[in-house]
Amino acid sequence: MADVRRRLAAWTLAFGLLAFVAVVAAPLIGTTPIRIARVFDRSIPFADNPDAQIFFIARLPRALAGALVGATLAAAGVVFQALLRNPLATPFTLGVSAGSALGAMLAISLRLHASLWGVSAVTAASFAGSLCAVAIVYAMARARHRGFSTNILLLAGVTLNAFFSALILFVQYIADSAEALRTMRWLMGDLDIAGYAPLLAALPLCAAALLAFAWLPRALNLLSFGTDAAESRGVDVLRVQRVAFFSASMATGAAVSLGGPIGFIGIIVPHLVRLMVGADHRVVLPASALFGAAFLVAADVVARTVMAPVELPVGIITALVGGPFFLWLLVRQR
Amino acid sequence: MRLGPRGWALGARPRRGARDSGLGARGSGLGIRAVTLTTVILALLHVAQGARGPQSPGLVPRRIVSLVPSATEVLFAIGAGPRVAAVSSFDHYPPQVESLPRVGALVDPDVERILSLRPDLVVVYASQTDLRAQLERARIPVYVYRHGSLADITAGMRAMGNRLGLPAEAEAAAASIERGLAEVAAGVAGRPRPRTMLVIGREPQSLRAINVSGGLGFLHDLLELAGGRNAFGDVKRESMMVATETILARGPEVILELNYAGRASRGEEERERAVWNLLPGVPAVRSGRIHLLYGGEFVVPGPRVVMTARAFARAIHSLISAGPRRPIP
Repeated sequence: MADVRRRLAAWTLAFGLLAFVAVVAAPLIGTTPIRIARVFDRSIPFADNPDAQIFFIARLPRALAGALVGATLAAAGVVFQALLRNPLATPFTLGVSAGSALGAMLAISLRLHASLWGVSAVTAASFAGSLCAVAIVYAMARARHRGFSTNILLLAGVTLNAFFSALILFVQYIADSAEALRTMRWLMGDLDIAGYAPLLAALPLCAAALLAFAWLPRALNLLSFGTDAAESRGVDVLRVQRVAFFSASMATGAAVSLGGPIGFIGIIVPHLVRLMVGADHRVVLPASALFGAAFLVAADVVARTVMAPVELPVGIITALVGGPFFLWLLVRQR
Repeated sequence: MRLGPRGWALGARPRRGARDSGLGARGSGLGIRAVTLTTVILALLHVAQGARGPQSPGLVPRRIVSLVPSATEVLFAIGAGPRVAAVSSFDHYPPQVESLPRVGALVDPDVERILSLRPDLVVVYASQTDLRAQLERARIPVYVYRHGSLADITAGMRAMGNRLGLPAEAEAAAASIERGLAEVAAGVAGRPRPRTMLVIGREPQSLRAINVSGGLGFLHDLLELAGGRNAFGDVKRESMMVATETILARGPEVILELNYAGRASRGEEERERAVWNLLPGVPAVRSGRIHLLYGGEFVVPGPRVVMTARAFARAIHSLISAGPRRPIP
C-alpha cells in the first residue's frame, strides 16, 4: 500500500510538473513575438496592449482547452479500456464522438446561428449528439441482459459508430460546398476557442467526470481479472460499470464538443503511460490525465506554429504521431 | 418529341437500328409495321439531325448543359442563355435558370439525366474526370471551365464566346466587365489602402474555424482592385484557416466578411458583427470597420464581379462606423 502511495506521489508529481510546464510554456510560444513584461503590464489598457491580447485571448484559452481536452480524453481512454477489457478501446469506440460529430454536422449544415452564454449552436448540438449516442448505447446494453453486458456495449457502440458515420457522410454530401468544408474542418479538431466561454461550459462536466474517475481505480484493477473475480472480491460490478460508462461518456462528449474529435489521445496516452508506470489504475489514471494534458498542449503548439500563418488542425498532428504508434501497438499485441 | 432520346441513339447508330428492325420483321404481321415505323423514324431523325448539326466538336453547340454556376452566368451574359438546356443544382442566377432542369453538381453529376437531355456541349469542372470520360464515350463534347484569377474570368468569357460562335457578344460583355472594374479601380485610386482581412467562412456566433482569402484567386484580386491591401496577401493560397493569434498579430484595419448563406435579419447581422469584439486589439474592431456582405453573388467568379468590386470598394473605403466598440475585458 505504502509502495503504491509512494509511486502515485512520484508519478503524479512528475507528470503534474510536465503538464504544468506545458500549460505555462505554451502561451509563451508562437509565431508572434510577445514581451512577457508587457503582457502583465497593468498600466497599459488591455485594448491597447496587443501582447496581452495575444497572450490572454489567443494563446492561454487554447493551452487551457488543450489541457482540459487532453486530460479528459486520456483518462476516459483508460476507463474505457478497463471497462471494455480491451486495450484497443478509445473514448470514441462507443459512438460518443460520432454522435457528437453528427450533432455538429447538422448544426453546421442547417446553419444554426443561435448561441447561449457564449457557446455556439455547433458546440451545443455536438454535445446533444453525444448524449443521444450515450443513451442509445446504454439502452442497447441493458436491453438483452438485466445487468450490463460489455460485449453488447462494444458491439452496439461499434455499430452505432458506423451508422452515425454513414449519416455524417450523408449530411456532408448534401451540404453546400462551403458547409461541407466547415464540417470537414470540424472533424479535424480545433482548440482555437478565442475566449473562455466554451471552456467554462465544458469544465463542469469534465471536472465531475475526473472526480468520478478518482473513485474507480481500485474497482477497475479488480475488473481486469473479470467480472466474476471482481464480484467475489466485493466489487459492486454493475454500479462500477455504470459509473465508469456514464462519467467517461459524458466527459468525452464535453471534450469533443469543445475541441472536436481529436483522435489518438485516448489510446496512445494510456498505453504510453502504462509502459512507464505499470498497469495499476491507481497510478495509470491520474498519470494519463496529466500526460494527456501535456501531450495535447504540445501538439497544439506544433499545430499553430509549424505552417504559420496557416493554421494546421491539431487532430492531424495527434494522428500523425498516434497512427504509427497505434500500428506498432497492434503488431506488438499479436 | 417523346421519342427523342431513343431516336437519337438510333440515329447515331443506324446500323444497329436496321438490325433491330430486321429482328422485328422475323416476327408476325406486327413486324412489318415495326419496319415501316422504324424506317419513318430513321428518316425523320436524319432530317432532325441535319437541322441540329452533327455531334462533333468544333461546330456551334445549341444544347448546353452547365455544371459550373459561374459558366452559366457567362453563358447568359454573352447571349447564349436560350441555348442552356440544364444547369447544376447550385445555380441560382440569372433567374431564368430556376425553370431549367438540374443535373447535379461538382461531386454528384447525374450522368443519366445529362445524357437524356441530348446536349451537344457540357461545361464541366477540370476535376470532373470521370464525368468527362463518360461524356467522351457518349461522344458528347465537353468544355472545361477553369477559373482562378480575376483576369481568368474575362479570358474565359472570350474563349467561351469563340467556342459558341458568339465572339462579338463575348467581347462586348468582357470589355464591359473590364470597363466596370477599371472604373472601380479609378474610383479608389489615391485613397489609402487599408490592411483588409477577407473572411470567407466562420462558425456562426463564434470566432472559430476562420477561413480567409490568401494571396491567390479572384477574391484576392477583387480586394486589391477595390483599394484594399490583403492582410494575408503574402500567403500564396486561395483560402486558409487562421488562428485568432494570427489575426491579432496582423491587425487588419478592415474586416470584410462574406456570408453567402443569404440575407440575415438586422439583429442577426449585429450579433455576428459583435462576435469580433472578442478581439478588441484588432484595429478594424476598434474602429468598427467590420463589414458583413450577404449574398451568394460575392463568391461566383462570373460576370457579376463588377458588383462585387463595387461592394468591396464601398465597404473598404466607407468611413461609416458605429464608433469604437465596447472592449471586453
